[in-house]
Amino acid sequence: MSRRAALLSLLVVSLLALPHFAGAYAISLATLILYFAYSGQAWNVMMGFAGQLSLGHSLYVGVGAYAAGALFFHYGIGPWAGLWVAILLCVLLGVVIGFLAFRFGISGVYFALLTIAFAEFTRIGFDHFDWIGGPGGMFLRVAQRDAWDLVNFRGPPLMYYYAMLALTAGAFALCFFLLKSRPGYYWQAIRENEEAAQALGINTFRWKMLAVAVSAAMTSVSGVFFAFYYNNLFPEQIFHISRSIEIILGPVIGGVGTLFGPILGAAVLTLLSDGITEAVAALGWEIPGIKQVFYGLVLLLVIMFLPHGIWPPLARRLGLHKR
Amino acid sequence: MNLLSMHGISKSFRGLKAIAEVSFDVPQGGIVGLIGPNGAGKTTIFNMIAGVYAPDSGEIIFNQKRIQALRPDQVCAAGIGRTFQIVKPFAGLSVLDNVIVGALQREASVPGAKRLSLQILEKLGLAAKRDLPASSLTLPDRKRLEVARALATRPRLLLLDEVMAGLRPKECDLLVEVFRDINRYEGLTILLIEHVMRAVMALARRIVVLHHGEVIARGAPEQVVRDPAVLGCYLGEETEI
Repeated sequence: MSRRAALLSLLVVSLLALPHFAGAYAISLATLILYFAYSGQAWNVMMGFAGQLSLGHSLYVGVGAYAAGALFFHYGIGPWAGLWVAILLCVLLGVVIGFLAFRFGISGVYFALLTIAFAEFTRIGFDHFDWIGGPGGMFLRVAQRDAWDLVNFRGPPLMYYYAMLALTAGAFALCFFLLKSRPGYYWQAIRENEEAAQALGINTFRWKMLAVAVSAAMTSVSGVFFAFYYNNLFPEQIFHISRSIEIILGPVIGGVGTLFGPILGAAVLTLLSDGITEAVAALGWEIPGIKQVFYGLVLLLVIMFLPHGIWPPLARRLGLHKR
Repeated sequence: MNLLSMHGISKSFRGLKAIAEVSFDVPQGGIVGLIGPNGAGKTTIFNMIAGVYAPDSGEIIFNQKRIQALRPDQVCAAGIGRTFQIVKPFAGLSVLDNVIVGALQREASVPGAKRLSLQILEKLGLAAKRDLPASSLTLPDRKRLEVARALATRPRLLLLDEVMAGLRPKECDLLVEVFRDINRYEGLTILLIEHVMRAVMALARRIVVLHHGEVIARGAPEQVVRDPAVLGCYLGEETEI
């Protein structure tokens, strides 16, 4: 067994066993980490693999969440059906954005601006969309919290933890597979040099569209999870650009384009944020914004000293392949 | 039989005529050299063949089909491989992975592409460096990588844009040998832009000389290098080949 496989097994086993040792708070924290690890992995497909910078991934989270949430809210349709509607809608949106950008040669920061624009006008649109509650939000019924109701995805926090663990593991496996096969090679070629990729026979338009579609589909699932985990949705929050940034920070800090980066980054950032909150509370400092200042400072230091993220140098230290 | 034919190709950039009524043929299995001073329009011709831009007028026939309206990826799929004068490696990928990307053009699976890529790297003397990131290669190695990647797409026609530039004479001779072998044993047709006359004379059976976007001479190498027009604008009177 390779070192990487060993590390991976250890990680999976400890995450599976975690609920036996950890309390309710640690479980909720771990769920949050996995949520960001999963969304980061989804974003990484577009940026890390194919080199297309999206700063509007909150669009897919929001549309996914509202699609599955509204079906449940209005018609009692559970998330297993709603999931497919969410995926379909988000893939459609992604394809529209991708078509507009790639067909008309919009790339780099201009592409990023386009993704922000779509997220922003969807946010404003949803604010005026009464069917899903508009700015007042949409609230899903929380019937009972004790038994596992897998059909409607209602249950205790532990159920959400395991669901998120399964999603993260699935996303990791999918990305691993994609990187090892034709899409991975073609995406990375496009990321490194689009002109050379084209000269080698790659239809760059088609493969970039695929990257957007896969990323959008994966992200929409995290939206569905979000809806059924938090049970309340507000356009102002879920589509907000800070949500997109949150998704990006994990892979950026962990290592863009790597498989472990998004997971590591999500863990580091979530624990850091939590740690700073605890520390500030323990010290009794009541300075507004002090938490953000420390958080920002740490991000700054990581990016200054580890511009490729934490994972690549760590992988070298552990004698692992840099992915 | 001609594998590639250029018929009356013209191209202007913002009113500046880069290529005017250029016609020439590349016979099946042949090696043709395209030479001329800087700015003569050689790379422009390559870019038109490769589908980077379409000619304003004229026809490009490859393998009995018109290809001047195709995109670069379609031109590659049709069977034309190219290298870039300014090398464009996939810097973050390993040398082997660079070549695999090209090999996937004809290979259905990654393992198959890997086998083909290893053979090609072996042929070009890059096998020992296969796991290094392409960004760590020296310029001569990057040029070889360009060739390896293009060969991996299994072209019928290979366009070489100044792959000998910057190579030492010995390295140059080695690469010439590689192209000769591939041409002789695999029937690969080659069109090369080259300033290194040592390589052109060793490889090309026909030479086309371009100056200010027009063909000023063509024919067998020995004949072309004695042509007064070519000596005047490009090689210079004192040239010894």
